[in-house]
Amino acid sequence: MLEVKALTKRFGENIAVGNASFSVDRPKMIGIIGRSGAGKSTLLRMLNRLSDASEGEIWFEGTEVTALRGRQRRQWQSRCAMIFQQFNLVPRMDVVSNVLHGTLNRRSTLATMFNLYPQDDIHKAIEILDRLGIAEQAPKRAEALSGGQQQRVAIARALMQDPSIILADEPIASLDPMNAQIVMEALRRIHEEDGRMVIANLHTLDTARRYCDRVIGMRDGRIVFDGTPEQLTTGVARDIYGAGADFSEAATSTAIEMLDRQPHKAAPAVALV
Amino acid sequence: MTDATFGATPAGHTVEGIRADYMAQVQRRRLYGGLTLMIFVILMVSGFTVADSRNAGGFWDGLNQLGDYPGEVLAEAWANRANLPALIVRFLPALIETVNIAAVSTLVGAGAGLVLSLLSTRGLARWPRLTPLFRRLMDIMRAMPEIVIALVLIFVLGGGPVPAMIAIAIHTAGALGKMYSEVAENADLKPVEGLTSTGATWAQKMWLGVLPQVAPNYISYSLLRFEINIRASAILGFVGAGGLGYELRNSMSWGLGRFDEAAAIFLLLFGTIVLFDQVSSRYRNRLTEGHAK
Repeated sequence: MLEVKALTKRFGENIAVGNASFSVDRPKMIGIIGRSGAGKSTLLRMLNRLSDASEGEIWFEGTEVTALRGRQRRQWQSRCAMIFQQFNLVPRMDVVSNVLHGTLNRRSTLATMFNLYPQDDIHKAIEILDRLGIAEQAPKRAEALSGGQQQRVAIARALMQDPSIILADEPIASLDPMNAQIVMEALRRIHEEDGRMVIANLHTLDTARRYCDRVIGMRDGRIVFDGTPEQLTTGVARDIYGAGADFSEAATSTAIEMLDRQPHKAAPAVALV
Repeated sequence: MTDATFGATPAGHTVEGIRADYMAQVQRRRLYGGLTLMIFVILMVSGFTVADSRNAGGFWDGLNQLGDYPGEVLAEAWANRANLPALIVRFLPALIETVNIAAVSTLVGAGAGLVLSLLSTRGLARWPRLTPLFRRLMDIMRAMPEIVIALVLIFVLGGGPVPAMIAIAIHTAGALGKMYSEVAENADLKPVEGLTSTGATWAQKMWLGVLPQVAPNYISYSLLRFEINIRASAILGFVGAGGLGYELRNSMSWGLGRFDEAAAIFLLLFGTIVLFDQVSSRYRNRLTEGHAK
């Protein structure tokens, strides 16, 4: 289905992503972990074609995504929705309009400039908002919403694209634990109910363990781990994060129930640089 | 309102209700938008017809002659193209005079505009109750056409670059003051509060707390203004302020056979604007990014 072959991205001398290869044969929920600067964001941005790869290929269902240009590239982007850490909504437009932006690839430029969308699309947008539990916010401006609500609007925009793949770049990094859980559960549900592939960059190990079927670990631009959450032992995690023996998973956790799972002896504060 | 509700919407607000409300809002917005567009089109069309009927020549009759003058200038300049380098050298002193007028008036105007803008910005003003006074003062400075001020000053002071400089500086102070003040409104007040807590005076707070934040924007507006002022000081030459404009007026009249001079002057003006645009954008990049690119 999705195949990434020797994907590389260089910024001048630096290699952000080096020789990354993996393949996915059916829709799964995949978590990419690694410390900041490991190349997770760059990898996702290349998958969406927000930025171009320096070398390597991406194939999806028999099409070479990395070779698409112009209109076809934009069509690929509409099939491959992206969710960002900072939500990236248009703050001064209302929630439904923001969700309707998911249809931009299918509609004429002129009609969308005057905010003219078919009634069916508007109804569908409100249905999606209802599915995510924020239908009541429909007429409000996006900037008036809380972070968790805004991220759900962003997910609604992604769903409006009716995509085959949803890419999520640190979707919960700027949310509090409660909202983080809501957003992750929404993503998981979309994966299970609609059968869409979800690839999410995550900065906490336990989120990856809890919500993903498969975990890819990156370090310094290279894929150093690729397997199931069960195979992700503490030793492997230390390797991915380049941490010493004092590394404890609870130290990076933002999950609420982790508070109960804290070891009884005082956990040493670990600074993950 | 809880963030945690997930799936079911609370009773009382059904999806149908929300949908109907939103559709009504969309219909209303479209109606208003359509009406506004219609009024705009009607005004444009009727305004154009009125203007055309009152026009001495007629728009459609004159349209095909639009290219005649530039065509003749180009043809004549091309025929005498051998003269161009010599003419450019001849007009260079006049160009320097024009650029000098523009530079001095931009500097003076920017200085005055800076003070006026800080005095008329909400949250920063030295005397908050006097902000309307300073704003109206800037309005007046902007409202007076440069050419009117220049004509009056030339009458009083006699012809030359100084009246032009003063006229452009007055307009620049008003125009830049307004732009500066809009930038300053968006400045972060926290550094100012920090300086206030150390017992700084108003001038110290502005100089050390506000200017570092707004400097890149101020510089780029001032450089844009400098370009506008080069053109303005060339125009003021028409009314006797010297510089390139005076030469241009003499050469661009029809039938004198001096269009090659006009072409040389236009080339000089164009080159100057391009040069300053390049210089200013490079300088601006360095300011905003903190290093040369």
